[in-house]
Amino acid sequence: MNEEELVEYFRAQMRTDPDMASAVAAIRTLLEFLRRDTGETILGLRESLTWATDCLKGEDSSVAVSSGGELFLRFISLTSLEHQDLSRCKKVMEERGELFLEKISMSRNKVAKLCHTFIKDGAKILTHSFSRVVLRVLEKAAMEKKRFSVYVTESQPDAAGQQMAAELAKLHVPVTVVLDAAVGYVLEKVDLVIVGAEGVVESGGIINKIGTYQMALCSKAHNKPFYVVAESFKFVRLYPLNQQDVPDKFKYKADTLKKRQNLSEEHPVIDYTPPSLITLLFTDLGVLTPSAVSDELIKLYL
Amino acid sequence: SKEEKQRLRKEKKQQKKSKEKKDDKESHVSSAPPAVPAPVSNSVPASEVAVATEKPTKSKAELKAERRARQEAERATKQTKKGEPGQQGATGKPKAPPSELQPGMVKRLSEHVQVDDPDVLKKLAKKLERQQIPLRSDYGYKVSLFSHLHQYSRKAPPTQQLSIPSTVIHPAIVRLGLQYSQGIVAGSNARSVALLHAFKQVIRDYTTPPNEELSRDLIKKCLFYYMNLFPLKKFVFFLINVTYRVFFNTIIFLIFPASAKKKRFAKSKLLTSIEWYIKEKIILAATAIAHSSIEKISDGDVILVYGCSSLVNNILCEAYDKQRKFRVIVVDSRPRLEGREALRRLVQKGISCTYVLISAVSYILPEVSKVFLGAHALLANGYVMSRVGTSQIALVAKAFNVPVLVCCETYKFCERVQTDSFVSNELDDPDDLIVTRKGKTQLAGWQQVASLGLLNLVYDVTPPDFVDLVITDLGMIPCTSVPVVLRVKNVDQ
Repeated sequence: MNEEELVEYFRAQMRTDPDMASAVAAIRTLLEFLRRDTGETILGLRESLTWATDCLKGEDSSVAVSSGGELFLRFISLTSLEHQDLSRCKKVMEERGELFLEKISMSRNKVAKLCHTFIKDGAKILTHSFSRVVLRVLEKAAMEKKRFSVYVTESQPDAAGQQMAAELAKLHVPVTVVLDAAVGYVLEKVDLVIVGAEGVVESGGIINKIGTYQMALCSKAHNKPFYVVAESFKFVRLYPLNQQDVPDKFKYKADTLKKRQNLSEEHPVIDYTPPSLITLLFTDLGVLTPSAVSDELIKLYL
Repeated sequence: SKEEKQRLRKEKKQQKKSKEKKDDKESHVSSAPPAVPAPVSNSVPASEVAVATEKPTKSKAELKAERRARQEAERATKQTKKGEPGQQGATGKPKAPPSELQPGMVKRLSEHVQVDDPDVLKKLAKKLERQQIPLRSDYGYKVSLFSHLHQYSRKAPPTQQLSIPSTVIHPAIVRLGLQYSQGIVAGSNARSVALLHAFKQVIRDYTTPPNEELSRDLIKKCLFYYMNLFPLKKFVFFLINVTYRVFFNTIIFLIFPASAKKKRFAKSKLLTSIEWYIKEKIILAATAIAHSSIEKISDGDVILVYGCSSLVNNILCEAYDKQRKFRVIVVDSRPRLEGREALRRLVQKGISCTYVLISAVSYILPEVSKVFLGAHALLANGYVMSRVGTSQIALVAKAFNVPVLVCCETYKFCERVQTDSFVSNELDDPDDLIVTRKGKTQLAGWQQVASLGLLNLVYDVTPPDFVDLVITDLGMIPCTSVPVVLRVKNVDQ
């Protein structure tokens, strides 16, 4: 499977199921790559999988693809020590890969189950941009017959907030789209803030669409709880100290990185929210405080 | 001769059993390594106290009185024979006076933080006299908040009263104590390595006495020397945290497996284990930490460092070698002025540096992009114990929103918990604060002024909210994850 096929398969996955997270699509692609791989050695296999992950990162530069790919590799590579025969090893890897995929496709539902209880009847919620996990959570809350209303920020430059508003309207949830600049204005009316995350970093902070940091700062100033919902495959081994410290490869879209030489003229699409501004994180591993994220990461990676 | 040995051992045990029930229990407990940290650390395992409180209170007092009388008699006879190792093993442990062993009491404070209690001092003095180690007296007026700690003068070194040759303490240990107290060996890594080298010398010179087993006797001897590092030199607070663990993990844990194999190779195996420990935990860890921290140093950075940390200097030199463009601001403070040493090393490398005193820190902080700090120990609740002044710098950096990075090897992590700098610290020589400016020495007669006290603290603790990142040889972790690392390490061991 060469690079074009890989990228095409990935794009096809994203097209067929728009509700799927990009990381899940990436993992599906990697699994398919594994199936079709004709390598002779385990080391060669692992190298080609790393190469495949890099190709996918070149296609979609989000943090989630990077973390998902790394976790997939870790999950399956633990088998390489147990079996001598390559074909048996590959089979076991594929099975494990399927298992991993199954687990993470359940993760969104687990998160929704944990989070919807925090939405009380009559609550006013503020959210940022378009997040499928947040949508799932609000869907579950609506199914539980809770009455709540939602404010969504427009989230330029791609106006993803409008998409979120459309989806919520389908669920018959009263929704208002506000300007990104109106976050401070609207915060006195809301009860809680829920956002998704593209990546959860080691310090317990999150990387998300630009504008999240602002929202977190304002909610801290207003003493409103700031909740983050994220699946566990988004945990990544990064430790940014501040906004400048986030690597450039995550800040800009993949095609921008390829085309433009001088990145200082480009506007970043993500920002980093430090853990001190986050109240709780809802993941499929449970409800965590930001300092517990590091413990979970140590368990996952070490 | 093997049967003879066994017979002698049995006899000894029986003697001990019949005479001193309680002491016997203690020495049994002490021969098992897990109970060894009990006398030194504050958190005494309840097992030892439980052992002592098995008997009912009424008969305990009687037994105690009887035993004490017998002990005094025995000591009088043994004093003439110049104290045997066997006795020292049982009594060479700094314990609180028996009167405090009430049933239900779990905590026992180390003698070294009970300097303001006269009973404890008397006990210590008696014990040292018995062991023929000179007692070092406290010097000068102590500020009341720190009156529970020792304060020694550098002008009265402990070895002045020590007789030569000292048969009780190994000369390598004496030298180590002197090096610590005179400040010849300074810095946590240097001290740990010096400690391990001194003990390597002890092990090399060690020969098993005829009726003893290698492991038990060596442990007793090493512990004895270790405990006596305290009165011999300044109470180095961090010894209780860090070097204690270093000592414990290397020597105590390694003695048993080493001696389980052939006796001939036990010593050499022990020596190689210690060398391995130094290589892996200190030298290789420094390389790993330098490798991780390179990512955090970007071109155009202005890095602030405080004092002289061998690890931070190493990181900066490595980053300079890897062609990173940055400049350094070295912050220094009296009376140690350790920053000058750091400045010397960095300038020699070719890094452009600025030098300020700690009073100017809020002035230069707006220019700074990152702060790199070293640590002497990382406590289990995430607090960082480091040279005094570190928490000041972290506080001001936080106020200016400058990220603070602490660099620390994992061997410095300890299970101790502390929330303030008062409960356990080190008081340096107060005369260091006296300085002559323009021909006048204002504080020369400070001892004559009744209400004046000079306080020269050595360590302070920084809360984890001020620290953004800890770089260890295991990777980059937030300050609150120290107990997780400790847990993982304990599982490994």
